[in-house]
Amino acid sequence: MTEVEILDGSLTAPPRLNGELVFEAPWQSRAFGVTADLVESGCFSWGDFRTRLIAAIGAWESTDDIDRPTWDYYTCWTKALEQILNDLTLLDEAELDRRAIAYAERPHGHDH
Amino acid sequence: MSSGTDHHHETDPRSPEVRTEALEDLLVEKGIVDRARVEALIERFENDLGPMVGARLVAKAWLSPEFRRRLLDDADEVVAAEDIQGAEIEHIEIKANEPGVHNVVVCTLCSCYPWALLGLPPNWYKSPEYRARVVREPRKVLDEMGLSLDADTEVRVWDSSSETRFLVLPEQPEGTDHLDLEELAHLVSRDSMIGVARAQKP
Repeated sequence: MTEVEILDGSLTAPPRLNGELVFEAPWQSRAFGVTADLVESGCFSWGDFRTRLIAAIGAWESTDDIDRPTWDYYTCWTKALEQILNDLTLLDEAELDRRAIAYAERPHGHDH
Repeated sequence: MSSGTDHHHETDPRSPEVRTEALEDLLVEKGIVDRARVEALIERFENDLGPMVGARLVAKAWLSPEFRRRLLDDADEVVAAEDIQGAEIEHIEIKANEPGVHNVVVCTLCSCYPWALLGLPPNWYKSPEYRARVVREPRKVLDEMGLSLDADTEVRVWDSSSETRFLVLPEQPEGTDHLDLEELAHLVSRDSMIGVARAQKP
């Protein structure tokens, strides 16, 4: 990302009282909403989640430029969410992998 | 984003899009997550929380020296007294700009931000560049963002944490003494409360 991109979007967008679009894609809002629900129902605290989020962001930042994907905040968020669910044995990583592979293999035009 | 509204079909099981869908479905099936609650929370963060909450506090502080003093002394008390939603999850401190002193907020490690007063943070606030550079060269970053400060103005950078979230109280623009609360609140942008802009002139 370049300096220009920092200045892109939000700053040049017309000011809105209620802020701007907070999520850029539906999956980002789902990732956020699922996390917020887990916090509200007491599975873990925002502080517990933050520890994993810092680790996920730190892992991206400490990877060499050529080896890492483009910066994406909500990708780090989902990694942190997977990590805390695995740590708390709420969702096993292998189980998630199997479901993700099954979804990725769905035929085109499936019903979301 | 490359996907989202188009009909692109994600076929990589490692993509965050596919993993998030799989993760949510599994948690719903296990009874750990409830879709209706998830949707209500998304709705709340998209529509109910936002910078207008913080802007009203700033405008009130401009109108009332007593309110300003309370806000700077104990923002948590004021936020609770004003019955602001979401306040229970964070300790908030307000940093007032004044002649010769400018405050700016960052979260160097992740994205901590006063959700109750500003909603969720903008993308640039979460970017690796902003988080690293505003600490190292705040004056230059602010200048690039369109806020040039006098050379003798002291810049104070506040690093947010899970314990403490910061909000900047911008200076009231000159010639706005006759405005009422709503009119003043309209001058207070989100960016001015992060400290990367000034309050707008009417």
